[in-house]
Amino acid sequence: MSHKVIVPIGPYHPLQEEPEFFQLYVEGEKVVDIDIIIGYNHRGIEKLAESKHFDQVAFLVERICGICSSSHPYAYVLAVEDILGGEANVVPERALYIRTIIDELQRIHSHLLWLGLAGHFIGYNTVWMWAWKYREPVLDMFEMITGNRNNYAIFKVGGVRRDIKDEDAPVLKKALDDLVPALDMFRGAVMDDPVIKARLKGVGILTKQQAIDWCVIGPTARASGLNIDVRRDEPYGATDRINWNVIVEKEGDIFAKTVVRILELYESVSMIRQCLDKMPNGVIDADVKDIPPGEGIGRVEAPRGECFHYVKSDGTNRPIRHKIRAPSFMNVASNKVACVGGTISDAAITLAAVDPCYCCTERVAVISKPENKKIMNGWDLIKLSQEKTDKLKEEIKNAGIR
Amino acid sequence: MNIKDRIKERLGGKITAWEEKSSRRIYFSVKKEDILETVNFLFKDLGLRFSIASGIDIPSGFEILYHFSLDKTGEVYSVRVFIEDKINPRIDSIATIFPGAEWIEREMWEMLGINFIGHPNLKRLLLSDDWPQGKYPLRQDYEP
Repeated sequence: MSHKVIVPIGPYHPLQEEPEFFQLYVEGEKVVDIDIIIGYNHRGIEKLAESKHFDQVAFLVERICGICSSSHPYAYVLAVEDILGGEANVVPERALYIRTIIDELQRIHSHLLWLGLAGHFIGYNTVWMWAWKYREPVLDMFEMITGNRNNYAIFKVGGVRRDIKDEDAPVLKKALDDLVPALDMFRGAVMDDPVIKARLKGVGILTKQQAIDWCVIGPTARASGLNIDVRRDEPYGATDRINWNVIVEKEGDIFAKTVVRILELYESVSMIRQCLDKMPNGVIDADVKDIPPGEGIGRVEAPRGECFHYVKSDGTNRPIRHKIRAPSFMNVASNKVACVGGTISDAAITLAAVDPCYCCTERVAVISKPENKKIMNGWDLIKLSQEKTDKLKEEIKNAGIR
Repeated sequence: MNIKDRIKERLGGKITAWEEKSSRRIYFSVKKEDILETVNFLFKDLGLRFSIASGIDIPSGFEILYHFSLDKTGEVYSVRVFIEDKINPRIDSIATIFPGAEWIEREMWEMLGINFIGHPNLKRLLLSDDWPQGKYPLRQDYEP
């Protein structure tokens, strides 16, 4: 006789400390179903974008996420430039290279962040410390180019806001050179370690057909054998002017997802080096004034997958509709199949393997209520979430286990 | 035969408008009754990847754009559907064809109040539990 037990994980993810709530339905140790509850992190950015003018929206969408904070403004300016006739026809050559440098630097810091967290979670705290240590120089590079370690404020419709100084290029190259031995170490630590292999191989498998049906993207799709990458499929920035490879693995398990991300780090380093070498001199901004009526779609390959922005303009100075779809919106839903069939002990790393980003996923709702104007601080939210957890515990105690 | 010609041949008279805004951006309209057949053909037969759907509140009702990506060529095919009903907008759910569309239909349902017929799990995705019934934040007439 088996009892179905519900194991609540959340509303704070044990790994990534972001608000989310998973209810695992288990029989013994085995996960038989999962309910994903999100919505703890709404800021109503789609609605807000309709009230900002085109220049302001780039700053607004930058704040969707602090980790992939160049992907959203980049996809947004691409969508607006799509209305204007396409990025390649609008943006000066030098700005294309700067855009790609920023985009790839962001991929390096994001993948290192995930690698550290994943290592921490399976009990490799050394990997965690190292990964975050070597992430720091990447943030320093951001600071050198843009003045900011996060939220770079460099993208604008028609170009970029800041140039890379000639004297900075050798410093950036030196920092990249110093990063490669660290990447070699991670590759060795993950790919040659029998314990990590035993822990991650065959865990949380997402098959190729499941990846297609759930429309997953990015490293999650590429680890399941789907050969897709927006950078190659619809080149933007300087991605079609330099040589690099799309990393694809077949197994679909967490090990494959880790391998894809580690190997992509090398590709990003190589891409930035090539951009710094090939970057022509010239202006960095086309000085776009008016946005004509029309609709445009912008897509970039964020660290987590395709980031999709749709902008509709009616000829005024603000968009009348701005649809944002972050990669995690598609990837997180696939946990419904990746998690089921595994054990509870594998659940949390499986849930984290898509590198979920809730800030990105939940940016649509408006949480203002006229009849209840209470402003909540962090403590209130924590209290609320604890109350909800307690409530659910009580329910489960009363209903689940007999 | 390329994908554009295959779509035109198979769907033929069901396409009410066809517009190529650029070499990689193709928009075409179908009637809302034909959405299941269209999506089934694009997703299952042609193997396009579903990127997302954008719901828009327009003066005559609602508009949904289903964006499909052809990753081999980098083209985006956006299927446009008009729902000419402000009071009780409804359309067939494409989540019955593949599960990847479940979340975005839930989002459009709560944000715009569009009813998706046949959706396996039509409940709130992002809005909080105490959000008032019948208030749809992404409608143009929404007032906080």
